[in-house]
Amino acid sequence: MSSKVLMAAKGLEIRFGGVVAADDVNIEIHEGHNLAIIGPNGAGKTTFLNICTGYLKPHRGSVTFDGRDVTGLAPRRLVRMGVARAFQIPQLFTEHTVIENLLIAAAAQARRWSPLTPIATIPERGEMLHLLDMVRCAHIADRPVSELPEGQRKLIDIALALALKPKLLFMDEPTSGVASSEKFEVLDIIAKALAEAKVTAVFVEHDIGIVERFADEVAVWNRGEVLFRGVPGEILSHPDVIRDVIGETV
Amino acid sequence: MRSILPALIVLLVAVTPVLAPTSQVLLTLAFAKGLAVLGIIVLLQAGQVSFGHALYFAVSAYVAASVARSFGGELVTTLLAGVAAAAVVGLVVGVFVVRYRYIFFAMLNLAVSMIFFALLEKFYYVTGGSDGLQVPRPTVVGLTLERGEFETILFYGALVLSLLAAWGTHRYLASPLGNMLRAIKTNEVRLEYLGVSARSTLLSGYVLSAALCGLGGALMAVAQGIVTPEYAYWVRSGEFVFIAILGGSGSVAGAFVGALIYEGVRTYAAAFASDIWQMVLGIVLLVIIIFGPSGVTGLYQRLMDRLVGPARPRGAGDSERAPGAAE
Repeated sequence: MSSKVLMAAKGLEIRFGGVVAADDVNIEIHEGHNLAIIGPNGAGKTTFLNICTGYLKPHRGSVTFDGRDVTGLAPRRLVRMGVARAFQIPQLFTEHTVIENLLIAAAAQARRWSPLTPIATIPERGEMLHLLDMVRCAHIADRPVSELPEGQRKLIDIALALALKPKLLFMDEPTSGVASSEKFEVLDIIAKALAEAKVTAVFVEHDIGIVERFADEVAVWNRGEVLFRGVPGEILSHPDVIRDVIGETV
Repeated sequence: MRSILPALIVLLVAVTPVLAPTSQVLLTLAFAKGLAVLGIIVLLQAGQVSFGHALYFAVSAYVAASVARSFGGELVTTLLAGVAAAAVVGLVVGVFVVRYRYIFFAMLNLAVSMIFFALLEKFYYVTGGSDGLQVPRPTVVGLTLERGEFETILFYGALVLSLLAAWGTHRYLASPLGNMLRAIKTNEVRLEYLGVSARSTLLSGYVLSAALCGLGGALMAVAQGIVTPEYAYWVRSGEFVFIAILGGSGSVAGAFVGALIYEGVRTYAAAFASDIWQMVLGIVLLVIIIFGPSGVTGLYQRLMDRLVGPARPRGAGDSERAPGAAE
């Protein structure tokens, strides 16, 4: 792999009581290569995301981003450096409208702290409307997010992360909660938005069809370890992967 | 259409010194409380209730009293000194309490305010103990005024300060910072993942709320001419929260509407039903919580929505929801 290493995890270890959620995890994330993480439930996929985005501090090991050691930095510090995150369950401001959610993100990104300027008038508004357009949610800009169906909430959650103009985006099951008939369509929308924003994505996914279509690389997790890593065609046809991962989820 | 009644009320209040001079002190006190309640409403936007904000009311009142006693006491400097002291104490206490949420936040505020209450009672030589301190009438731009003149000036001062504070707070709540404050109520995790420190955001709101309470306390001190430890007592803190819910915690107007109704009921109920006025207030609160959790201002907005159709899409800072309302 010749491209630049964006984030590197070395020897990550973390355990919760007797459960080992990360056991010597070593992995590099390359710029421009979308990485899918697959594996059975409880394999430590979300834990890995939590460590990489600063939510959890590993007991051992390190995470570097852009060559800097970022192990244990708070999420907001990593966000400032260009690491964003979308959640399995959309994390939105439920008493705000869709556009207000995005404006809060834009104001945070542009560091607009003025206490007397209405948020509705910040210069980033046009950009945010464009972003909503990209994720095909422009028509619901003024709706309260609490009224939206799950699929749209997922898209808004990802749009919030993109509003931060990250270099690297972690997504935890971007298509969970989306009707299976719409999964490909939703991920198409997301993939286009990511490409336009030139963001490298790391996503946890259970749907192998989605992985084959959208990932440049796949990493297989099990019991807190990275078992395999490579291009989707090879990895997804490996007998162990079919037995341990695909057999269980398809 | 919907601004006709509020404008009429402001106008009516503004001509009170002419029409009903005996009520102007009552209204000045209502403004003072309304300002403090505005501070409570700021915190309610973040979903947090403080049962100890009388602390800032009292800190400011005692500092204002001391300034009025020892430095000749110009009205403006008296008020400014009080507000500044409240803001500084708010910053110091805030750094500590913004680490907590909900019941812990509420109780920690209560605890700090009760410590201050005890100090006011015990440090007799500084604070006058339970007798409190007399506050000499401050001068206004160097002039020593008669009681009647001073009361009228104080009334208009309080009116203008209230309007300014309401406007400023409304702008703040509509700003990025104010929206982030409101976001604390619904999703702190996402806020952190947008690169925003929830604690610093809450701290900024906390200092603002302390300053507003301080402004109310300093006004109350010069209006009443005496400060006592009761200013810091927990009943006073509870009263602020009560008024916020009564008036409607979703809008800045709720603070003053609530304070006017509260002071009105308290004064007249105490005169006509002296034994049961607290019960009257209790029943009023029950009715409000059950039938109109967004308070009197919320009821008014609902009424207007029905009469003249819904307002523009709900804007920032206009949330009509009550604190703790189910998601």
